Amino acid sequence: MRLVDAPKLEALLEESEVSDTDTRPVKTFGVNVARQEDGALLTGTARFVDDIDAPGMLHAAFVRSSHAHARIRGVDCSLASVARGVHAVLTLEDLRPFLETTELRTALPSPSFRTNLHRPVLADGETTYVGEAIAVVIARDRYQAEDAAALVEVDYEPLAPVSDCHSALDPDGPVVNTKANNNLVAEFDLSYGDVDAVFSTAPHVFRETYFQHRGGSHSMEGRGVVARYDELDDLLTVWSSTQTPQPARQILCELLGRQPHQVRVVVPDVGGGFGPKLVFYPEEAVVAIAALMLNKPVKWIEDRREHFISTTQERDQIWDVEIALDDDARILGVRGTLLHDHGAYNVRGTNVAYGSAAAMPLAYRVPAYRLDVKCVATNRVPVTPVRGAGQPQGIFAMERLMDRAARELGLDRAEIRRRNLIPAELMPYATPLKTRGGIPVILDSGNYPLCQAMALDAGRWADFPERRHKARAQGRYLGIGLANSVEGTGRGPYEAVTVSITEAGTVHVLSSAAAMGQSTRTMLSQIVAEQLGGDLDNVVLTLGDTASTPMGFGGFNSRQAVIAGNSAHKAACVVRAKVLEAAASLMKSEQELLEIIGKDVVHKLSGERLALSDISRACRGMPGFLMPRDEPGLQATEQVMIHEMTYGNASAVVEVEVDVETGAVVLQHIAFIHDCGRAIHPKIVEGQILGGIAHGVGNALFEEMRFDATGQPLTTNLAEYLLVTSTEMPPITLGHLESPTPLNPLGIKGVGEAGVLPIAAAIASAVENALEDFDVRITRVPISPVELLETIEQGRVQAEGRCGSTCSDFQG
Amino acid sequence: MKPSPFTYHDPHTIADAISLLGSLENARALAGGQSLMAMMNMRFVQPDHLIDLNRISELAGLDVSATEIRVGAMTRQRELEFSPHIQRSLPLMQEALLNVGHRQTRNRGTLGGSLCHLDPSAELVSVAATLDAIVTVAGPEGQREIPFALFPQGFMSPALEPNELLVHVRFPLWPENHGASFVEFARRHGDFAIVSAAALILLNEEGRIQRTALTLGGINTVPLRMLNVETILAGNVPGPELIREASEMCRQVDAISDSMVTAAYRRSLAVVMARRALTTACIRAGAQKHVFETSMQG
Amino acid sequence: MQITSKEQTRDITITVNGQSYSSTVKVRMTLADYLRHELRMTGTHVGCEHGVCGACTVLLDGVSARSCLMLAVQADGHQITTIEGLAPEGELNPLQQAMHEMHGLQCGFCTPGILTTLTELLDMNPDPTEEDVRIAISGNLCRCTGYDGIVKAALLAAQRIRTQGARS
Repeated sequence: MRLVDAPKLEALLEESEVSDTDTRPVKTFGVNVARQEDGALLTGTARFVDDIDAPGMLHAAFVRSSHAHARIRGVDCSLASVARGVHAVLTLEDLRPFLETTELRTALPSPSFRTNLHRPVLADGETTYVGEAIAVVIARDRYQAEDAAALVEVDYEPLAPVSDCHSALDPDGPVVNTKANNNLVAEFDLSYGDVDAVFSTAPHVFRETYFQHRGGSHSMEGRGVVARYDELDDLLTVWSSTQTPQPARQILCELLGRQPHQVRVVVPDVGGGFGPKLVFYPEEAVVAIAALMLNKPVKWIEDRREHFISTTQERDQIWDVEIALDDDARILGVRGTLLHDHGAYNVRGTNVAYGSAAAMPLAYRVPAYRLDVKCVATNRVPVTPVRGAGQPQGIFAMERLMDRAARELGLDRAEIRRRNLIPAELMPYATPLKTRGGIPVILDSGNYPLCQAMALDAGRWADFPERRHKARAQGRYLGIGLANSVEGTGRGPYEAVTVSITEAGTVHVLSSAAAMGQSTRTMLSQIVAEQLGGDLDNVVLTLGDTASTPMGFGGFNSRQAVIAGNSAHKAACVVRAKVLEAAASLMKSEQELLEIIGKDVVHKLSGERLALSDISRACRGMPGFLMPRDEPGLQATEQVMIHEMTYGNASAVVEVEVDVETGAVVLQHIAFIHDCGRAIHPKIVEGQILGGIAHGVGNALFEEMRFDATGQPLTTNLAEYLLVTSTEMPPITLGHLESPTPLNPLGIKGVGEAGVLPIAAAIASAVENALEDFDVRITRVPISPVELLETIEQGRVQAEGRCGSTCSDFQG
Repeated sequence: MKPSPFTYHDPHTIADAISLLGSLENARALAGGQSLMAMMNMRFVQPDHLIDLNRISELAGLDVSATEIRVGAMTRQRELEFSPHIQRSLPLMQEALLNVGHRQTRNRGTLGGSLCHLDPSAELVSVAATLDAIVTVAGPEGQREIPFALFPQGFMSPALEPNELLVHVRFPLWPENHGASFVEFARRHGDFAIVSAAALILLNEEGRIQRTALTLGGINTVPLRMLNVETILAGNVPGPELIREASEMCRQVDAISDSMVTAAYRRSLAVVMARRALTTACIRAGAQKHVFETSMQG
Repeated sequence: MQITSKEQTRDITITVNGQSYSSTVKVRMTLADYLRHELRMTGTHVGCEHGVCGACTVLLDGVSARSCLMLAVQADGHQITTIEGLAPEGELNPLQQAMHEMHGLQCGFCTPGILTTLTELLDMNPDPTEEDVRIAISGNLCRCTGYDGIVKAALLAAQRIRTQGARS
């Protein structure tokens, strides 16, 4: 494994040509081409998992735990089994004969694990969160399956639940699972420099505690699986609304003891993923086994309530952090602790908490850093990444500390950041940090100070005081906030892409990359068409079908444009060279005089044309005849290996109005400047940013997944759990910087999550600014109007106490 | 989430509906479906019989006279929203309707459905309370009238016998020069109100408050007509001090608490919403706007 | 609850996208499921089944309605328009075209409900303001786009339809 170090990166930056070496005009790359996905989606002819139908298909409904923690003494399926339309009622016992193991071991490895809690395929004598699947009913239709599911009787022996992360470490408290000794899932620290020495001598130290909560995915389409076993081919096909088809196939093979060619996972159209669909779930295994067992296709579609209680989510984090600065407000060090709610099982690993810890210091020069992290188990749905994957929380903690320091030191919040942002001339900037896989964190490119300056400009930071003053005269409270974010994207190590010219003359692209709305098809088409004819309609894609697509991991961590995109580029370049070589031979010409235009190779001078289909056929060859090239076919499979992450950055300036009588926060404007390197499709990039911003707004103001003290989820529908609607979104001004990365030939960085990262911090900053007179501190997200009003009223009382009862500033 | 099995009935007359309601066990009447169908899909409600009222044409429609508007129970909220009669003569209802759910839900939702469902924060319930609506209910023995103050008997419990059907609602009209205001605090546009205030003000020739009505919604299990506030206001000239003093009385109400919103918050909001509604209603009734200038914030 | 007795069914005739369909359906089947599974018109999507997300929105006699909150039997004798009926096969109407140009969709799951809702808006109000559009779609949840592209598409479509109408 060859890693690139900072000096090498610097050299690359200087010498890199960010696209192919020739100087042909751009055809499709960087252009706002027509989005390929739209035709089907706009006419209702796309195919999501619930649109799949197969003859004789049966429907599943799961029986789910109604206790946060309980022993399961028995499951009585007798009544359910004879209900109308029922074909089978299954528990883990019924599945055992089909399983090599009953546990799903899906967590990415880490030396930080202290307890291993793996999900069973179905509950195995114990349930550890409300919503956990205990049994499944397979029936003629979903209505009947649900009727029968209601007749399954589970004999619970309730056990004391670990209701939240505060209580998880209580030595006298309950343990989340009878198989575990305690609730500590993992502990680790991210640190460098002599942090304690720094803090003992620093002239200024400020300490804060933050409570941060993020919620679930709430893709508009929930999860879903259709499985079908074909006896003729001995092939189990599983259509799953998943972000990770290859891992799903691999896990199914291991679980079922089948060979890779005996299991095929296909990703249909996916209605949003946002992280939780990257996980492999018990339901996928159960439905697959049911199909094998019953020899009929079986379908399970997650309903919204199930999404709340059984799809993974992000949740609570408690931060206790302090910042040390010198007299010039330069950061000397940051240290603290993070307590992270991991949920009932270790499903993906420590990604979220690690991501939070790694994201915290990135935008600034932080000479010494230490964050001690504990991931604790609770009797709630497991926690895995949701868009942003822990990074928004680390950024929130850092940005709130910067605001605190600014206030204490009497500095403008933008100024204190200016003094500490990593300047452009220091790029690439080697931080002492490593990713969770042990890869050095080197900030490859970016101009953070310029990004902030542009955001301040777009957000009209400089003349805000005047706006604020005018508003106050009308009794209105305006506030402005700022936050910066740096994000690791392009998680490696690879995502293979095959490009081939078919005998029909089309360009066929195959990849296990997973599309979920982020325009993967268009992105890959653009990159490939740039090298091979420039005609997007001539590009045909097979994505996420393990029977034909090459090795890879799928979509998460804003990686597919970077990793799959660069592989597609490389493969397309290789195929391009093969096409021109073959064409030169067939057309008896020099390669330099040929160009691929549309479906043909064209001679630049004579205009002579040879169709790609003809070249492809010629490269198939015939027995006994010579070939145009020394190799048959016109294809290439490339898997660009990039281990280093490439770091995008953004700055957000948010303006809010707070109604001090109701605690309502109304967004007035968001300015968002970001840098994702080169933009493959500017409009799509914008769309990703805007969607991320909306999600960030949700986390800052609306989304809260609430539980009671017994671990019962309280928000289990979309009327109680608030997603942002069109009327909550303010005008948004977007701006872009392009700092190409030297880490990949296309110079691109990931952008799928970027919009989320600085938003909660910027909104908190703005709300605090609006309520300066009331001395309100925002140390918790989401910001609830109920709590905000309480702090405003406390602040009002204190302020009136200070300036006496004649003070007229606080009327209304 | 699919509803549990039921037997479906779609009577075409009120008499048939009543007969069914009276003879069937565990029966629910289906009006607009925007509440009931959601609850049935989630299996919170599992009726054995569903009596669909949507085919009973005699249950829908407006009957307009000089003194009242009579609204059939199955009249869609959409029809009320776009009715020029409602806009002119019941401006309180018009303003409230713009806060009721969304376009799609108002297209199907009905007045009767909302009143019988009696969600504590339903806007139309507050409107009916404020306007002293009179509900007509039909049963096997015939029809009877219930003043709206007596209609809600408790949390989501209307004064309806199992074999009775709400047939229409009469809204007595206030004089044309009255001022009406409906305000609410909700987290997002179209959400149920956390707290709402519905206010009606009528001034006499001297500019004094001749008549007033104020209802707080969402504050308790049933809407609260603030008779004590109305008493304080009567006979006085509207002004910010008067309104403030009157609104402050709302802090004393008995408010409910739930996992999201505390009773204290509801009380604070009640004061604010009452003040805003009363102020706007006074101005719309013809009170001098400039008198209220500084208190119009937020 | 009577589990083992046969479920009640009804014969219904519904006009969907201008074509008449007669079926025998279970009375508790929702209109959304009827469209998707009985008629195999899977363009209408189900996102929540409690009437909040709006993905299932169709036009019932020209006005928008949540098909997850209606029973198929209730639509007997009525006209339904779904996403499949907004334009002739293979074509995009001005609203669909504008959504495409303004990047008003990403995963496309909420799009059917957005399109029917906006179709109703533009029928009722050919010259909406941005606020009118945002209020109109406030009952449609989208997790991908942040709504900007959708709003721009609606305004662009409105403008084009008005111009078209003025010309013809």
